[in-house]
Amino acid sequence: MTELGQKNENVVALCADLIGSLKFDDFKKNHPERFFQIGIAEANMIGIAAGLTIGGKIPFTGTFANFSTGRVYDQIRQSVAYSDKNVKICASHAGLTLGEDGATHQILEDIGLMKMLPGMTVINTCDYNQTKAATIALAEHHGPAYLRFGRPVVPNFTPADEPFIIGKAIMLNEGTDVTIIATGHLVWEALIAAEALEAKGISAEVINIHTIKPLDDEAILKSVAKTGCVVTAEEHNILGGLGESVARVLALNTPVPQEFVAVNDSFGESGTPEQLMEKYKLNHQAIVEATERVMKRK
Amino acid sequence: MSNTQHLQDFTTQVRRDILRMVHAVNSGHPGGSLGCAEFFTVLYQHQMQRKAGFDMNGIGEDLFFLSNGHISPVFYSVLARSGYFPVSELATFRKLNSRLQGHPTTHEGLPGIRMASGSLGQGLSVAIGAAQAKKLNGDQHLVYSLHGDGELQEGQNWEAIMYASAKKVDNLIATIDYNGQQIDGSTDDVLSLGNLKAKFEAFDWDVLEITEGNNIEAIKAGLAEAKSRTGKGKPVCVLMHTVMGNGVDFMMHTHAWHGKAPNDEQLANGLAQNKETLGDY
Repeated sequence: MTELGQKNENVVALCADLIGSLKFDDFKKNHPERFFQIGIAEANMIGIAAGLTIGGKIPFTGTFANFSTGRVYDQIRQSVAYSDKNVKICASHAGLTLGEDGATHQILEDIGLMKMLPGMTVINTCDYNQTKAATIALAEHHGPAYLRFGRPVVPNFTPADEPFIIGKAIMLNEGTDVTIIATGHLVWEALIAAEALEAKGISAEVINIHTIKPLDDEAILKSVAKTGCVVTAEEHNILGGLGESVARVLALNTPVPQEFVAVNDSFGESGTPEQLMEKYKLNHQAIVEATERVMKRK
Repeated sequence: MSNTQHLQDFTTQVRRDILRMVHAVNSGHPGGSLGCAEFFTVLYQHQMQRKAGFDMNGIGEDLFFLSNGHISPVFYSVLARSGYFPVSELATFRKLNSRLQGHPTTHEGLPGIRMASGSLGQGLSVAIGAAQAKKLNGDQHLVYSLHGDGELQEGQNWEAIMYASAKKVDNLIATIDYNGQQIDGSTDDVLSLGNLKAKFEAFDWDVLEITEGNNIEAIKAGLAEAKSRTGKGKPVCVLMHTVMGNGVDFMMHTHAWHGKAPNDEQLANGLAQNKETLGDY
Protein backbone atom coordinates (compact mmCIF):
# COMPACT_ATOMS: atom_id res chain seq x y z
CA MET A 1 0.00 0.00 0.00
CA THR A 2 2.84 2.36 0.80
CA GLU A 3 4.47 1.70 -2.56
CA LEU A 4 1.14 2.15 -4.26
CA GLY A 5 0.64 5.41 -2.43
CA GLN A 6 3.97 6.68 -3.73
CA LYS A 7 3.16 5.66 -7.29
CA ASN A 8 -0.40 6.93 -7.42
CA GLU A 9 -1.41 10.06 -5.53
CA ASN A 10 -5.09 9.20 -5.84
CA VAL A 11 -4.74 6.05 -3.74
CA VAL A 12 -6.25 6.52 -0.27
CA ALA A 13 -6.63 4.04 2.57
CA LEU A 14 -9.45 3.66 5.09
CA CYS A 15 -9.35 1.59 8.22
CA ALA A 16 -11.85 0.69 10.93
CA ASP A 17 -9.65 0.56 14.03
CA LEU A 18 -7.35 -2.22 12.79
CA ILE A 19 -4.22 -0.42 11.61
CA GLY A 20 -1.92 -3.04 13.14
CA SER A 21 -3.82 -6.06 11.84
CA LEU A 22 -4.02 -4.64 8.32
CA LYS A 23 -0.41 -3.39 8.42
CA PHE A 24 -1.46 0.13 7.48
CA ASP A 25 1.14 1.75 9.79
CA ASP A 26 3.55 2.44 6.99
CA PHE A 27 0.95 3.98 4.69
CA LYS A 28 -0.28 6.16 7.54
CA LYS A 29 3.26 7.32 8.28
CA ASN A 30 4.13 8.08 4.68
CA HIS A 31 0.80 9.48 3.49
CA PRO A 32 -1.00 10.80 6.59
CA GLU A 33 -3.31 13.08 4.62
CA ARG A 34 -4.50 10.13 2.56
CA PHE A 35 -5.13 7.80 5.49
CA PHE A 36 -8.60 7.80 7.02
CA GLN A 37 -9.10 6.29 10.45
CA ILE A 38 -12.86 5.73 10.54
CA GLY A 39 -13.17 4.11 13.95
CA ILE A 40 -15.31 1.06 14.66
CA ALA A 41 -17.93 1.98 12.08
CA GLU A 42 -17.67 -0.21 9.01
CA ALA A 43 -20.91 0.93 7.37
CA ASN A 44 -19.70 4.52 7.51
CA MET A 45 -16.31 3.42 6.15
CA ILE A 46 -17.86 1.86 3.03
CA GLY A 47 -20.01 4.95 2.43
CA ILE A 48 -17.07 7.34 2.86
CA ALA A 49 -15.01 5.20 0.49
CA ALA A 50 -17.77 5.43 -2.11
CA GLY A 51 -17.89 9.20 -1.64
CA LEU A 52 -14.11 9.56 -1.97
CA THR A 53 -14.27 8.07 -5.47
CA ILE A 54 -16.28 11.15 -6.44
CA GLY A 55 -13.32 13.44 -6.87
CA GLY A 56 -11.18 10.73 -8.40
CA LYS A 57 -9.77 8.97 -5.36
CA ILE A 58 -9.07 5.22 -5.34
CA PRO A 59 -10.02 4.05 -1.84
CA PHE A 60 -8.76 0.81 -0.32
CA THR A 61 -10.78 -0.13 2.77
CA GLY A 62 -9.30 -2.49 5.31
CA THR A 63 -10.80 -4.59 8.04
CA PHE A 64 -11.43 -8.28 8.81
CA ALA A 65 -13.32 -10.19 6.13
CA ASN A 66 -16.38 -10.60 8.31
CA PHE A 67 -16.73 -6.86 8.90
CA SER A 68 -15.82 -6.13 5.27
CA THR A 69 -18.73 -8.07 3.81
CA GLY A 70 -21.60 -9.48 5.86
CA ARG A 71 -21.74 -6.55 8.23
CA VAL A 72 -21.88 -3.99 5.42
CA TYR A 73 -23.55 -5.91 2.62
CA ASP A 74 -26.23 -3.36 1.84
CA GLN A 75 -23.75 -0.49 1.92
CA ILE A 76 -21.55 -2.34 -0.57
CA ARG A 77 -24.55 -3.32 -2.67
CA GLN A 78 -26.06 0.15 -3.04
CA SER A 79 -23.24 2.66 -2.49
CA VAL A 80 -20.43 0.69 -4.17
CA ALA A 81 -21.60 -2.03 -6.56
CA TYR A 82 -24.86 -0.58 -7.88
CA SER A 83 -23.30 2.88 -7.94
CA ASP A 84 -20.27 1.46 -9.81
CA LYS A 85 -17.77 3.06 -7.47
CA ASN A 86 -14.07 2.35 -7.75
CA VAL A 87 -13.70 1.02 -4.19
CA LYS A 88 -11.28 -1.77 -3.29
CA ILE A 89 -12.53 -3.73 -0.30
CA CYS A 90 -9.54 -5.45 1.28
CA ALA A 91 -10.44 -8.17 3.73
CA SER A 92 -7.95 -9.85 5.99
CA HIS A 93 -8.36 -12.78 8.39
CA ALA A 94 -10.79 -14.56 6.08
CA GLY A 95 -12.00 -18.07 6.83
CA LEU A 96 -11.43 -20.55 9.60
CA THR A 97 -7.72 -20.01 10.02
CA LEU A 98 -8.28 -16.81 11.93
CA GLY A 99 -8.17 -19.48 14.60
CA GLU A 100 -8.77 -18.88 18.27
CA ASP A 101 -11.21 -15.96 17.90
CA GLY A 102 -13.89 -18.42 16.83
CA ALA A 103 -16.88 -18.31 14.51
CA THR A 104 -17.94 -14.69 15.12
CA HIS A 105 -14.81 -13.64 13.26
CA GLN A 106 -14.39 -16.60 10.88
CA ILE A 107 -16.48 -15.70 7.88
CA LEU A 108 -16.96 -18.56 5.43
CA GLU A 109 -19.65 -16.91 3.31
CA ASP A 110 -17.87 -13.82 2.00
CA ILE A 111 -16.90 -15.12 -1.45
CA GLY A 112 -20.51 -16.04 -2.10
CA LEU A 113 -21.80 -12.70 -0.87
CA MET A 114 -19.37 -10.74 -3.00
CA LYS A 115 -19.51 -12.80 -6.20
CA MET A 116 -23.29 -12.41 -6.33
CA LEU A 117 -23.00 -8.64 -6.67
CA PRO A 118 -23.14 -7.60 -10.34
CA GLY A 119 -19.90 -5.99 -11.50
CA MET A 120 -17.89 -7.00 -8.43
CA THR A 121 -14.43 -8.47 -9.03
CA VAL A 122 -13.57 -11.12 -6.42
CA ILE A 123 -9.94 -12.01 -5.68
CA ASN A 124 -8.55 -14.47 -3.12
CA THR A 125 -4.77 -14.52 -2.98
CA CYS A 126 -2.50 -17.33 -1.83
CA ASP A 127 0.59 -15.70 -0.33
CA TYR A 128 2.38 -12.43 0.39
CA ASN A 129 3.77 -11.85 -3.10
CA GLN A 130 0.46 -12.55 -4.79
CA THR A 131 -1.41 -10.30 -2.35
CA LYS A 132 1.04 -7.50 -3.07
CA ALA A 133 0.77 -7.98 -6.83
CA ALA A 134 -3.02 -8.09 -6.63
CA THR A 135 -3.14 -4.88 -4.59
CA ILE A 136 -1.07 -3.09 -7.20
CA ALA A 137 -3.14 -4.55 -10.06
CA LEU A 138 -6.39 -3.45 -8.42
CA ALA A 139 -5.31 0.18 -8.35
CA GLU A 140 -5.02 0.05 -12.15
CA HIS A 141 -8.36 -1.71 -12.55
CA HIS A 142 -11.48 0.46 -12.63
CA GLY A 143 -14.47 -0.88 -10.73
CA PRO A 144 -15.53 -2.31 -7.41
CA ALA A 145 -13.39 -5.17 -6.16
CA TYR A 146 -13.12 -7.50 -3.19
CA LEU A 147 -9.65 -8.70 -2.19
CA ARG A 148 -9.63 -11.51 0.36
CA PHE A 149 -6.59 -12.83 2.14
CA GLY A 150 -5.90 -15.01 5.14
CA ARG A 151 -4.01 -14.55 8.35
CA PRO A 152 -1.84 -17.68 8.60
CA VAL A 153 1.79 -17.57 7.64
CA VAL A 154 2.19 -19.68 4.53
CA PRO A 155 5.28 -20.13 2.35
CA ASN A 156 5.73 -17.24 -0.05
CA PHE A 157 6.03 -19.31 -3.22
CA THR A 158 4.70 -16.86 -5.81
CA PRO A 159 7.68 -15.29 -7.64
CA ALA A 160 7.95 -11.61 -6.72
CA ASP A 161 8.03 -10.62 -10.38
CA GLU A 162 5.07 -12.74 -11.49
CA PRO A 163 2.56 -10.46 -13.20
CA PHE A 164 -0.90 -10.43 -11.67
CA ILE A 165 -3.56 -10.50 -14.35
CA ILE A 166 -7.08 -10.19 -12.97
CA GLY A 167 -9.21 -13.08 -14.21
CA LYS A 168 -6.26 -15.18 -15.38
CA ALA A 169 -5.59 -18.49 -13.64
CA ILE A 170 -2.05 -19.63 -12.93
CA MET A 171 -0.89 -23.14 -13.85
CA LEU A 172 1.34 -24.36 -11.04
CA ASN A 173 1.78 -28.03 -11.81
CA GLU A 174 0.92 -29.82 -15.03
CA GLY A 175 -0.71 -33.22 -14.76
CA THR A 176 -3.00 -35.62 -16.59
CA ASP A 177 -5.16 -37.54 -14.09
CA VAL A 178 -6.97 -34.87 -12.07
CA THR A 179 -7.36 -31.09 -12.02
CA ILE A 180 -7.00 -29.55 -8.59
CA ILE A 181 -8.39 -26.02 -8.61
CA ALA A 182 -7.46 -24.17 -5.46
CA THR A 183 -7.73 -20.63 -4.16
CA GLY A 184 -6.22 -18.71 -1.26
CA HIS A 185 -3.80 -20.51 0.98
CA LEU A 186 -5.29 -23.88 0.03
CA VAL A 187 -3.15 -23.47 -3.07
CA TRP A 188 -0.16 -24.37 -0.91
CA GLU A 189 -2.03 -27.41 0.44
CA ALA A 190 -2.85 -28.39 -3.14
CA LEU A 191 0.85 -28.33 -4.05
CA ILE A 192 1.71 -30.61 -1.12
CA ALA A 193 -1.19 -32.86 -2.10
CA ALA A 194 0.10 -33.04 -5.67
CA GLU A 195 3.45 -34.30 -4.40
CA ALA A 196 1.75 -36.93 -2.27
CA LEU A 197 -0.39 -37.99 -5.21
CA GLU A 198 2.64 -38.25 -7.46
CA ALA A 199 4.15 -40.71 -4.99
CA LYS A 200 0.98 -42.75 -5.41
CA GLY A 201 1.29 -42.61 -9.20
CA ILE A 202 -1.43 -39.99 -9.74
CA SER A 203 -0.55 -37.04 -11.95
CA ALA A 204 -2.28 -33.96 -10.60
CA GLU A 205 -2.62 -30.66 -12.41
CA VAL A 206 -2.76 -27.75 -9.95
CA ILE A 207 -4.39 -24.49 -10.95
CA ASN A 208 -4.20 -21.41 -8.76
CA ILE A 209 -7.42 -19.48 -9.13
CA HIS A 210 -6.79 -16.11 -7.56
CA THR A 211 -9.72 -14.46 -9.32
CA ILE A 212 -13.01 -16.13 -8.52
CA LYS A 213 -14.94 -13.53 -10.49
CA PRO A 214 -14.49 -13.17 -13.40
CA LEU A 215 -13.53 -16.85 -13.47
CA ASP A 216 -11.00 -18.14 -16.00
CA ASP A 217 -13.40 -20.61 -17.68
CA GLU A 218 -10.94 -21.29 -20.46
CA ALA A 219 -8.15 -22.50 -18.18
CA ILE A 220 -10.55 -24.78 -16.31
CA LEU A 221 -12.06 -26.31 -19.44
CA LYS A 222 -8.69 -26.78 -21.08
CA SER A 223 -7.37 -28.68 -18.08
CA VAL A 224 -10.49 -30.77 -17.62
CA ALA A 225 -10.42 -31.79 -21.28
CA LYS A 226 -7.14 -33.47 -20.40
CA THR A 227 -7.87 -34.88 -16.92
CA GLY A 228 -11.61 -35.57 -16.93
CA CYS A 229 -12.19 -34.79 -13.23
CA VAL A 230 -11.87 -31.94 -10.77
CA VAL A 231 -11.19 -31.27 -7.10
CA THR A 232 -11.84 -27.74 -5.90
CA ALA A 233 -10.24 -26.51 -2.68
CA GLU A 234 -11.10 -23.39 -0.74
CA GLU A 235 -11.40 -22.10 2.81
CA HIS A 236 -15.07 -21.20 2.42
CA ASN A 237 -18.51 -22.67 2.77
CA ILE A 238 -19.16 -25.37 0.18
CA LEU A 239 -22.23 -23.30 -0.72
CA GLY A 240 -21.44 -20.18 -2.69
CA GLY A 241 -17.71 -20.51 -3.11
CA LEU A 242 -15.19 -21.31 -5.83
CA GLY A 243 -16.41 -24.91 -6.09
CA GLU A 244 -19.88 -23.86 -7.12
CA SER A 245 -18.51 -21.41 -9.67
CA VAL A 246 -16.40 -24.18 -11.18
CA ALA A 247 -19.37 -26.58 -11.15
CA ARG A 248 -21.41 -24.04 -13.13
CA VAL A 249 -18.71 -23.79 -15.79
CA LEU A 250 -18.49 -27.57 -16.01
CA ALA A 251 -22.27 -28.07 -16.13
CA LEU A 252 -22.57 -25.62 -18.99
CA ASN A 253 -19.69 -27.05 -20.99
CA THR A 254 -18.18 -30.40 -19.98
CA PRO A 255 -19.92 -32.17 -17.11
CA VAL A 256 -17.27 -34.23 -15.31
CA PRO A 257 -17.04 -35.60 -11.74
CA GLN A 258 -16.12 -32.97 -9.15
CA GLU A 259 -15.30 -33.21 -5.44
CA PHE A 260 -15.31 -30.24 -3.08
CA VAL A 261 -12.76 -29.50 -0.39
CA ALA A 262 -14.59 -26.82 1.57
CA VAL A 263 -16.44 -26.29 4.84
CA ASN A 264 -19.58 -28.37 4.82
CA ASP A 265 -22.20 -25.70 5.51
CA SER A 266 -21.26 -24.99 9.11
CA PHE A 267 -19.84 -22.24 11.26
CA GLY A 268 -16.29 -22.50 12.54
CA GLU A 269 -15.01 -22.62 16.12
CA SER A 270 -11.95 -21.77 18.23
CA GLY A 271 -8.73 -23.68 17.73
CA THR A 272 -5.32 -23.34 16.16
CA PRO A 273 -5.32 -22.92 12.37
CA GLU A 274 -3.77 -26.38 11.92
CA GLN A 275 -6.33 -28.04 14.18
CA LEU A 276 -9.18 -26.34 12.39
CA MET A 277 -7.91 -27.23 8.92
CA GLU A 278 -7.69 -30.83 10.00
CA LYS A 279 -11.08 -30.96 11.73
CA TYR A 280 -12.88 -29.22 8.86
CA LYS A 281 -10.95 -31.19 6.23
CA LEU A 282 -9.25 -28.29 4.50
CA ASN A 283 -5.67 -29.56 4.34
CA HIS A 284 -3.54 -31.50 1.88
CA GLN A 285 -4.72 -34.85 3.26
CA ALA A 286 -8.30 -33.82 2.53
CA ILE A 287 -7.30 -32.88 -1.03
CA VAL A 288 -5.62 -36.27 -1.51
CA GLU A 289 -8.73 -38.07 -0.22
CA ALA A 290 -11.01 -36.00 -2.45
CA THR A 291 -8.79 -36.83 -5.42
CA GLU A 292 -9.03 -40.54 -4.71
CA ARG A 293 -12.82 -40.25 -4.52
CA VAL A 294 -13.14 -38.30 -7.73
CA MET A 295 -10.81 -40.63 -9.64
CA LYS A 296 -13.14 -43.53 -8.85
CA ARG A 297 -16.07 -41.59 -10.34
CA LYS A 298 -14.39 -41.01 -13.70
CA MET B 1 -32.82 34.75 -13.06
CA SER B 2 -32.59 33.96 -9.38
CA ASN B 3 -35.37 36.27 -8.35
CA THR B 4 -38.19 35.18 -6.12
CA GLN B 5 -40.81 35.18 -8.88
CA HIS B 6 -38.67 32.85 -10.99
CA LEU B 7 -38.11 30.55 -8.04
CA GLN B 8 -41.83 30.50 -7.29
CA ASP B 9 -42.75 29.76 -10.89
CA PHE B 10 -40.11 27.06 -11.00
CA THR B 11 -41.44 25.47 -7.80
CA THR B 12 -45.00 25.48 -9.11
CA GLN B 13 -43.91 23.73 -12.28
CA VAL B 14 -41.92 21.21 -10.25
CA ARG B 15 -45.07 20.43 -8.24
CA ARG B 16 -46.96 19.81 -11.49
CA ASP B 17 -44.16 17.53 -12.69
CA ILE B 18 -44.25 15.53 -9.45
CA LEU B 19 -48.02 15.04 -9.61
CA ARG B 20 -48.00 14.07 -13.26
CA MET B 21 -45.01 11.71 -12.91
CA VAL B 22 -46.45 9.66 -10.06
CA HIS B 23 -49.94 9.72 -11.57
CA ALA B 24 -48.69 8.40 -14.91
CA VAL B 25 -47.29 5.22 -13.35
CA ASN B 26 -49.63 5.06 -10.37
CA SER B 27 -46.64 4.78 -8.04
CA GLY B 28 -43.91 6.83 -6.43
CA HIS B 29 -43.64 9.23 -3.52
CA PRO B 30 -45.41 12.58 -3.95
CA GLY B 31 -45.66 13.65 -0.28
CA GLY B 32 -41.99 14.10 0.57
CA SER B 33 -41.28 15.31 -2.96
CA LEU B 34 -43.79 18.16 -2.68
CA GLY B 35 -42.49 19.02 0.78
CA CYS B 36 -39.01 19.62 -0.64
CA ALA B 37 -39.92 21.35 -3.92
CA GLU B 38 -38.90 24.79 -2.62
CA PHE B 39 -35.64 23.46 -1.16
CA PHE B 40 -34.55 21.76 -4.39
CA THR B 41 -35.52 24.82 -6.40
CA VAL B 42 -33.50 27.19 -4.24
CA LEU B 43 -30.58 24.76 -4.09
CA TYR B 44 -30.25 24.23 -7.85
CA GLN B 45 -31.54 27.58 -9.11
CA HIS B 46 -29.95 29.86 -6.54
CA GLN B 47 -27.61 28.39 -3.96
CA MET B 48 -25.23 25.88 -5.53
CA GLN B 49 -22.29 26.83 -7.69
CA ARG B 50 -22.63 24.44 -10.60
CA LYS B 51 -20.62 23.91 -13.75
CA ALA B 52 -22.34 23.54 -17.10
CA GLY B 53 -22.81 19.91 -18.03
CA PHE B 54 -22.10 16.95 -15.80
CA ASP B 55 -19.07 14.93 -14.87
CA MET B 56 -18.97 12.38 -12.09
CA ASN B 57 -16.04 13.83 -10.15
CA GLY B 58 -17.56 17.31 -9.94
CA ILE B 59 -14.27 19.02 -9.22
CA GLY B 60 -14.65 22.81 -9.12
CA GLU B 61 -18.37 22.85 -8.31
CA ASP B 62 -20.73 22.26 -5.40
CA LEU B 63 -22.17 18.75 -5.10
CA PHE B 64 -25.50 17.48 -3.84
CA PHE B 65 -26.43 14.04 -2.51
CA LEU B 66 -29.98 12.87 -1.91
CA SER B 67 -30.01 10.27 0.85
CA ASN B 68 -33.78 9.74 1.05
CA GLY B 69 -33.93 8.53 -2.53
CA HIS B 70 -37.67 7.87 -2.56
CA ILE B 71 -38.33 11.55 -3.20
CA SER B 72 -36.82 11.04 -6.64
CA PRO B 73 -39.70 12.86 -8.45
CA VAL B 74 -38.65 16.25 -7.10
CA PHE B 75 -34.97 15.49 -7.75
CA TYR B 76 -35.62 14.44 -11.35
CA SER B 77 -37.88 17.38 -12.08
CA VAL B 78 -35.38 19.92 -10.74
CA LEU B 79 -32.42 18.23 -12.47
CA ALA B 80 -34.24 18.21 -15.80
CA ARG B 81 -35.37 21.80 -15.48
CA SER B 82 -31.83 22.78 -14.43
CA GLY B 83 -30.51 21.42 -17.72
CA TYR B 84 -29.06 18.02 -16.82
CA PHE B 85 -31.30 16.05 -19.20
CA PRO B 86 -34.33 16.74 -21.41
CA VAL B 87 -37.49 17.66 -19.54
CA SER B 88 -39.41 15.29 -21.83
CA GLU B 89 -37.58 12.39 -20.20
CA LEU B 90 -39.64 12.94 -17.03
CA ALA B 91 -42.39 11.05 -18.86
CA THR B 92 -40.31 7.86 -18.58
CA PHE B 93 -40.22 7.90 -14.76
CA ARG B 94 -40.45 4.36 -13.31
CA LYS B 95 -41.06 2.85 -16.75
CA LEU B 96 -39.13 0.00 -18.36
CA ASN B 97 -35.79 0.98 -19.94
CA SER B 98 -35.84 4.42 -18.31
CA ARG B 99 -32.89 6.29 -16.82
CA LEU B 100 -35.35 7.61 -14.24
CA GLN B 101 -35.55 4.59 -11.98
CA GLY B 102 -37.92 4.49 -9.03
CA HIS B 103 -35.02 5.48 -6.82
CA PRO B 104 -32.08 7.51 -8.15
CA THR B 105 -29.14 5.59 -9.54
CA THR B 106 -25.95 6.14 -11.49
CA HIS B 107 -26.45 2.76 -13.13
CA GLU B 108 -28.30 4.04 -16.18
CA GLY B 109 -26.00 7.07 -16.49
CA LEU B 110 -28.54 9.78 -15.71
CA PRO B 111 -26.65 13.11 -15.59
CA GLY B 112 -26.87 14.85 -12.22
CA ILE B 113 -26.88 11.67 -10.13
CA ARG B 114 -23.66 10.66 -8.41
CA MET B 115 -24.86 7.92 -6.06
CA ALA B 116 -27.64 5.40 -5.84
CA SER B 117 -29.96 5.94 -2.90
CA GLY B 118 -33.14 4.31 -1.73
CA SER B 119 -31.92 1.98 0.96
CA LEU B 120 -31.98 4.61 3.68
CA GLY B 121 -29.24 5.95 5.88
CA GLN B 122 -26.28 5.77 3.49
CA GLY B 123 -26.15 9.25 1.98
CA LEU B 124 -24.41 11.10 4.78
CA SER B 125 -21.38 8.80 4.72
CA VAL B 126 -21.10 9.23 0.96
CA ALA B 127 -21.43 13.01 1.23
CA ILE B 128 -18.68 13.04 3.88
CA GLY B 129 -16.41 11.02 1.59
CA ALA B 130 -17.05 13.43 -1.28
CA ALA B 131 -16.37 16.38 1.04
CA GLN B 132 -13.08 14.84 2.15
CA ALA B 133 -12.12 14.22 -1.48
CA LYS B 134 -12.73 17.93 -2.11
CA LYS B 135 -10.35 18.78 0.71
CA LEU B 136 -7.68 16.45 -0.68
CA ASN B 137 -8.12 18.05 -4.10
CA GLY B 138 -7.86 21.57 -2.68
CA ASP B 139 -11.35 22.24 -4.04
CA GLN B 140 -13.07 25.01 -2.04
CA HIS B 141 -16.57 24.07 -3.15
CA LEU B 142 -19.19 22.64 -0.81
CA VAL B 143 -21.08 19.39 -0.49
CA TYR B 144 -24.81 19.52 0.24
CA SER B 145 -26.97 16.59 1.27
CA LEU B 146 -30.61 15.98 2.12
CA HIS B 147 -31.95 13.38 4.54
CA GLY B 148 -35.39 12.41 5.72
CA ASP B 149 -36.06 12.86 9.42
CA GLY B 150 -37.40 9.32 9.77
CA GLU B 151 -34.25 8.16 8.00
CA LEU B 152 -32.24 9.23 11.04
CA GLN B 153 -33.53 6.08 12.73
CA GLU B 154 -30.93 4.23 10.65
CA GLY B 155 -27.79 3.73 12.76
CA GLN B 156 -25.26 4.43 10.02
CA ASN B 157 -26.25 8.11 10.20
CA TRP B 158 -24.97 8.35 13.73
CA GLU B 159 -21.66 6.75 12.80
CA ALA B 160 -21.39 9.41 10.12
CA ILE B 161 -22.56 12.25 12.38
CA MET B 162 -19.93 11.30 14.96
CA TYR B 163 -17.22 11.05 12.30
CA ALA B 164 -17.95 14.33 10.50
CA SER B 165 -17.44 16.49 13.56
CA ALA B 166 -14.47 14.49 14.90
CA LYS B 167 -12.71 14.86 11.54
CA LYS B 168 -13.79 18.50 11.09
CA VAL B 169 -15.61 17.97 7.81
CA ASP B 170 -16.62 21.63 7.65
CA ASN B 171 -17.32 21.83 3.92
CA LEU B 172 -20.56 19.91 4.29
CA ILE B 173 -24.13 21.19 4.76
CA ALA B 174 -26.50 18.35 5.64
CA THR B 175 -30.16 19.33 5.59
CA ILE B 176 -32.82 17.32 7.37
CA ASP B 177 -36.31 17.31 5.87
CA TYR B 178 -38.02 17.76 9.22
CA ASN B 179 -41.64 17.01 8.34
CA GLY B 180 -42.33 14.73 11.29
CA GLN B 181 -43.87 12.01 9.13
CA GLN B 182 -42.86 8.54 8.00
CA ILE B 183 -44.66 5.61 6.37
CA ASP B 184 -46.39 4.27 9.46
CA GLY B 185 -47.37 7.65 10.90
CA SER B 186 -45.75 10.53 12.71
CA THR B 187 -42.12 10.13 13.71
CA ASP B 188 -43.24 10.76 17.29
CA ASP B 189 -45.50 7.71 17.14
CA VAL B 190 -43.17 5.40 15.24
CA LEU B 191 -39.88 6.16 16.98
CA SER B 192 -39.47 9.60 18.40
CA LEU B 193 -36.41 11.51 17.25
CA GLY B 194 -36.40 13.40 20.53
CA ASN B 195 -34.63 16.74 20.51
CA LEU B 196 -32.91 16.53 17.16
CA LYS B 197 -31.20 19.90 17.50
CA ALA B 198 -29.72 18.93 20.86
CA LYS B 199 -28.59 15.59 19.44
CA PHE B 200 -26.70 17.15 16.53
CA GLU B 201 -25.23 19.75 18.88
CA ALA B 202 -24.17 17.04 21.29
CA PHE B 203 -22.31 15.48 18.35
CA ASP B 204 -20.60 18.87 17.91
CA TRP B 205 -22.30 20.00 14.72
CA ASP B 206 -23.22 23.60 13.98
CA VAL B 207 -27.03 23.47 13.76
CA LEU B 208 -29.43 26.02 12.38
CA GLU B 209 -33.14 25.81 11.70
CA ILE B 210 -35.30 26.91 8.83
CA THR B 211 -38.67 27.12 10.49
CA GLU B 212 -40.52 27.84 7.25
CA GLY B 213 -39.07 25.18 4.99
CA ASN B 214 -41.65 25.79 2.28
CA ASN B 215 -40.96 29.51 2.08
CA ILE B 216 -38.51 30.36 -0.66
CA GLU B 217 -37.18 33.49 1.06
CA ALA B 218 -36.69 31.58 4.30
CA ILE B 219 -34.80 28.81 2.52
CA LYS B 220 -32.61 31.32 0.67
CA ALA B 221 -31.74 33.03 3.92
CA GLY B 222 -31.22 29.76 5.77
CA LEU B 223 -28.92 28.24 3.16
CA ALA B 224 -26.95 31.51 2.88
CA GLU B 225 -26.49 31.45 6.64
CA ALA B 226 -25.48 27.78 6.51
CA LYS B 227 -22.90 28.52 3.85
CA SER B 228 -21.46 31.35 5.94
CA ARG B 229 -20.90 28.87 8.77
CA THR B 230 -18.82 26.45 6.67
CA GLY B 231 -15.04 26.40 6.90
CA LYS B 232 -15.10 26.97 10.65
CA GLY B 233 -14.16 23.52 11.85
CA LYS B 234 -17.64 22.02 12.18
CA PRO B 235 -20.05 20.30 9.81
CA VAL B 236 -23.27 22.26 9.39
CA CYS B 237 -26.74 20.79 9.90
CA VAL B 238 -29.91 22.52 8.72
CA LEU B 239 -33.12 21.38 10.36
CA MET B 240 -35.65 22.36 7.75
CA HIS B 241 -39.25 22.23 8.93
CA THR B 242 -41.42 21.29 5.98
CA VAL B 243 -44.98 20.23 5.34
CA MET B 244 -45.33 16.92 3.55
CA GLY B 245 -47.44 17.31 0.40
CA ASN B 246 -47.01 21.09 0.40
CA GLY B 247 -48.87 22.99 -2.32
CA VAL B 248 -51.58 20.40 -2.86
CA ASP B 249 -54.13 20.95 -0.08
CA PHE B 250 -55.48 17.43 0.25
CA MET B 251 -51.95 15.98 0.49
CA MET B 252 -50.74 18.32 3.23
CA HIS B 253 -50.13 17.54 6.90
CA THR B 254 -50.49 13.77 6.54
CA HIS B 255 -48.30 10.76 5.89
CA ALA B 256 -51.08 9.25 3.72
CA TRP B 257 -49.41 10.49 0.53
CA HIS B 258 -45.94 9.25 1.39
CA GLY B 259 -45.99 6.57 -1.28
CA LYS B 260 -49.37 6.86 -2.99
CA ALA B 261 -50.24 8.32 -6.38
CA PRO B 262 -53.24 10.54 -7.08
CA ASN B 263 -56.10 9.25 -9.27
CA ASP B 264 -57.35 11.21 -12.32
CA GLU B 265 -59.65 13.43 -10.32
CA GLN B 266 -57.07 14.12 -7.64
CA LEU B 267 -54.49 14.93 -10.29
CA ALA B 268 -56.83 17.44 -11.91
CA ASN B 269 -57.47 18.98 -8.51
CA GLY B 270 -53.77 19.17 -7.69
CA LEU B 271 -52.89 20.69 -11.06
CA ALA B 272 -55.70 23.24 -10.72
CA GLN B 273 -54.01 24.42 -7.52
CA ASN B 274 -50.71 24.79 -9.41
CA LYS B 275 -51.10 26.52 -12.74
CA GLU B 276 -48.62 25.76 -15.50
CA THR B 277 -45.69 28.20 -15.47
CA LEU B 278 -42.71 26.90 -17.45
CA GLY B 279 -44.53 24.42 -19.68
CA ASP B 280 -45.44 20.82 -18.93
CA TYR B 281 -43.25 18.03 -20.28
